[in-house]
Amino acid sequence: MNQLRMVWRKTLNYVMLTLTGVAALGVVSVLFLILGYLIFNGGSSLNLNFFTQLPKPVGETGGGMANAIVGSLKLLFLAAILGLPVGLMAGVYLAEFGGKTFSFVIRYTTDLLNGVPSIVIGIFAYSLAVLPVKHFSTFAGGVALAIMVIPITVRSTEEFLKSIPISMREGAMALGASKWKTIATVILPAASGGILTGMLLALARVAGETAPLLFTAFSNQFWSPGWGQPIASLPVMIYTYAIAPYDDWHRQAWAAGLVLLTLVLIANVGTRMLLSRGATRSA
Amino acid sequence: MSSGSQTAEKGHAVRFEIVNLDFFYGAKQAVFGLNMKVPTNKVTALIGPSGCGKSTFLRTLNRMNDTIRNTRVKGQILLDGNDVYQIDSVRLRRRVGMVFQRPNPFPKSIYDNVAYGLRVNGFKGRLSDLVEQSLRRAALWEEVKDYLHKSAFALSGGQQQRLCIARALAVDPEVLLLDEPCSALDPVSTAKIEELMFQLKDSCTMVIVTHNMQQAARASDYTAFMLDGHLIEHNETSKIFTTPKDPRTEAYITGRFG
Repeated sequence: MNQLRMVWRKTLNYVMLTLTGVAALGVVSVLFLILGYLIFNGGSSLNLNFFTQLPKPVGETGGGMANAIVGSLKLLFLAAILGLPVGLMAGVYLAEFGGKTFSFVIRYTTDLLNGVPSIVIGIFAYSLAVLPVKHFSTFAGGVALAIMVIPITVRSTEEFLKSIPISMREGAMALGASKWKTIATVILPAASGGILTGMLLALARVAGETAPLLFTAFSNQFWSPGWGQPIASLPVMIYTYAIAPYDDWHRQAWAAGLVLLTLVLIANVGTRMLLSRGATRSA
Repeated sequence: MSSGSQTAEKGHAVRFEIVNLDFFYGAKQAVFGLNMKVPTNKVTALIGPSGCGKSTFLRTLNRMNDTIRNTRVKGQILLDGNDVYQIDSVRLRRRVGMVFQRPNPFPKSIYDNVAYGLRVNGFKGRLSDLVEQSLRRAALWEEVKDYLHKSAFALSGGQQQRLCIARALAVDPEVLLLDEPCSALDPVSTAKIEELMFQLKDSCTMVIVTHNMQQAARASDYTAFMLDGHLIEHNETSKIFTTPKDPRTEAYITGRFG
């Protein structure tokens, strides 16, 4: 009887180990599959033209996505200046000030805002920034992305500020620093590495959002000077090109996907590396 | 910046006078009717078992307890005759400095740590001279003079604590409060800090909370014994340790409890 039990236990152990290992492997391989697919299908279309030329009219081959790359950068820039300061200040408030109930409410609504589907945020930004002026614009796209950047920034700022031990705050206050001076001259600099990382990751997250841009920045075949006109962006171009019936456009969509994913991966991996190096240095 | 020695010359024999102090953490009372006079330019030690309220009491002297929610203070704390709750807390803390149990240097360079208090209080003048002076007073100058730009975290525990002392001394406080400053340090660092307390006495009133009775006996002029939030006995150190008046004091110092 005991012998049978032992065999059963050992087999169960082995099976579970294999299953969990396979699942973990599966998770990792999905990323590599996506990368592989993109490289295989889009790698060949990645040439200088892709980065420097405008899209060619329907039917003509060639051309590139220079305006979409610049467009995405402009939109991210707007999202950064509109959303990051708000997120930072709110995060400082949550971590340093705030009564219990008010902070609870803010945290809760921030998490809810984080969960709002991006397309709904798009519609909201549409009614806010597009309807009044009756045209799509880069600014409206920036507003939509800024709304998405805020909750992520608030939470990560709060986390990193909270990770600074109270003893450091007490040390500064015991020297005659007021609360705000303590925050500005000791706490924020100490947490700056993590906070900046959180901001970069927030931007990397919204870089690939398509739905909110469909109603706000829309798209543009040409360059978009200033901030008041519709603008092309990588995710929207991928969408437009991928569902079109032209092979050449499909290849370009793959290439755009590859560029987008590579940029996002570099941002993610790079910032995490910098963060861990900073942590070991100051510890 | 020499308010420390100036006020001493004015002849205040008593730096702090505490009158009927009660302290509450929410509904729980931690200090009961404490009356004490802290003499100027002397070292006063606060001893007592864990939880007797000595750290809590120490922190009321520079209003550090204000940073904790739901605390209440009743009674009076007078610094040179002025109620500390009538003085702006930021200015109070420039006059009454604090060194904590665990060294808490800022993630900045050694120089910037010491200069921090000066910069924050808007001191205009030759910072480097004052930084050097403070590091000398804290007996740390010789060890760090060639490395002022290095991160404070590169120092050992004992050096970090002396850096925190230098940082506190830089703003020339009249009083220095020390909350078990040596409990996280090795005996050699402890001896160095006790030595520098002896040097500092002449220009700075010190109140030190300590668990180490030998340290209290060695390093202080006056000792106050606290138990369960009450001040049991307060006298010259030599008298407390040789002829304690209260049986509870005697029981504590002979190690029967605590």
